[in-house]
Amino acid sequence: MKNTTRLLLAALVCTGMVACAKKVKEEPVAPSEPVDTTQTQTTTTEGAYGPEDLDTDSCLRQRVVYFDYDRADIRAESQAILACHGKYLRDRPSSAMTLEGHADERGTREYNLGLGERRGNATSQALQANGGSAGQINVVSYGEERPTCSESSDDCWSKNRRVEIVYTAK
Amino acid sequence: MMRSLSLACLLFVALTGVASAQLKIDITNGNPSATPIAVVPFGAETAGLPPETDVAAVISADFNRSGQFRGLPRQDIVELPTRSADVKYPTWNVLKQDYLVVGRVLDAEGGAYRIEFELLDVAKQSALLRLAVGARPNDLRGAAHQIADLIYEKILNVRGAFWTRIAYITSTGTGQSRQYALMVADSDGYNPQTVVRSREPLLSPNWSPDGKRLAYVSFERGNSSIYIQEISTGSRQVVASYKGINGAPAFSPDGSRLAMTLSMSGNPEIYVMDLASRRTTQITRHFSIDTEAQWTPDGQNLVFTSDRAGKPQLYQVPASGGDPVRVTFSGEYNAKASLAFDGKRIAMAQGGGNVYRIAVLDRSLGGSGEMRTLSPGNLDESPSFAPNGSMILYAAREGSRGVLYAVSTNGAVRQRLVLADGDVREPAWSPFRQR
Repeated sequence: MKNTTRLLLAALVCTGMVACAKKVKEEPVAPSEPVDTTQTQTTTTEGAYGPEDLDTDSCLRQRVVYFDYDRADIRAESQAILACHGKYLRDRPSSAMTLEGHADERGTREYNLGLGERRGNATSQALQANGGSAGQINVVSYGEERPTCSESSDDCWSKNRRVEIVYTAK
Repeated sequence: MMRSLSLACLLFVALTGVASAQLKIDITNGNPSATPIAVVPFGAETAGLPPETDVAAVISADFNRSGQFRGLPRQDIVELPTRSADVKYPTWNVLKQDYLVVGRVLDAEGGAYRIEFELLDVAKQSALLRLAVGARPNDLRGAAHQIADLIYEKILNVRGAFWTRIAYITSTGTGQSRQYALMVADSDGYNPQTVVRSREPLLSPNWSPDGKRLAYVSFERGNSSIYIQEISTGSRQVVASYKGINGAPAFSPDGSRLAMTLSMSGNPEIYVMDLASRRTTQITRHFSIDTEAQWTPDGQNLVFTSDRAGKPQLYQVPASGGDPVRVTFSGEYNAKASLAFDGKRIAMAQGGGNVYRIAVLDRSLGGSGEMRTLSPGNLDESPSFAPNGSMILYAAREGSRGVLYAVSTNGAVRQRLVLADGDVREPAWSPFRQR
């Protein structure tokens, strides 16, 4: 059953995330495994994640959520990532994570600290809606202080407006 | 005009031998209506070797930077009097100079110097100022800035702000080897000194009103925390390290309180901490981002950034709490206020989308005030007024690095201060220094 869950999630990821696959920082989306369509659909609660899935599961390996300019709304394309990490938090109550909120360089530094936190909080809420609990999630905003890309361009800015999921306990 | 100013600047740089790690200053535009003043090279009447610092060049560069004066380029100075008795006024009349400064460096006790100078009115052929300033052997630049301040005040009736300092943040290296530093330098970028160095981000330096301490934000504990550090001793303490954001520290004008942004309630709000008791009072209560509080000079109010209306705008609120009143109405994005000493002029980062510039709102005429753009860049931010309100420092992006600019508040002269290596940002101009 666990495999089914993972396959279903992988399928969801592959369809939902194709458009933003190039923006994902951690790992490219794994080549889709053949989905066994003969199996009946099951609810996601039945297969529980284990710590090893953080390194192997194609959804859990994605740890970055991206945002629009001056916005903290969760994009539709991020739902799959938040669903699997939320489920992981629920499956592993001893696990914990820090959400590092970031902004692009436009606008003032202190305002961007606020914006990074707002993005972290929005991500935290989405993870809680997917099964995580508040006690497992710590939000830290770095504002615009830790860009992953240092050019002043739309492409770079879109990579810097992000929340990074960092597991502090598996 | 532009050319002669840049020549003067080149000469200035050549004469004083700028070390590569120091801030280099380029004047990017000039002010043709500035008052012409000739600062004649000071005579060296010392027993030993003449001092290395070219005092007259430091003074002249200060004047050029102010936008109010135009120093006569060194190559146009054809006579070299060092005291008023030797001055031939017709020469300076022909050169169209309004004022003339002559002086000499003498030995004082214990290896120190005594700099005597005279400010002369060329048209009236008379002395306006005749003074002497003492200088430690390693601080002739400081003495030169003090002389520039005295002359500036005598002519303009406004206290000079050349003998002041600037604080700023630098970032060098990339990735794992990235280093941040909080620096302090003279107002012209010379004598940079490291106040604190960190592998984690540093931001938002703010001067105590006595100019002896800096409040700033550091991430060295893994989250933002506010520190206050004594500049001369390096001793420091954490004053705020709550859950969430600890940011935007700002000393009250009397130094007894620190305004700050804390998000321990769930989102960023303005608080005021009484520094003696460390007790905090929450000033704003709104689900929006409230941050970047600055004190009005009377200590009665705070001007801060809030996006409660959708986009960031400036608001004012009593420092004891109350209902915020919106201050800025033109421009999509107005943030990070810096108030001039008069409380009437507010500099800010103004913009939207991909363009951010420095604008000044002048509230002296009443109503919602008059807004004027002062900088031409694309990503200009962090304005900071000089303590006399005559100039504004700000941060700009050039390529993928940050640089600092100083612009005269009248917009006439803008100049760049570039660190040889890395990214420079978040300038904060010090208060006046006590003589």
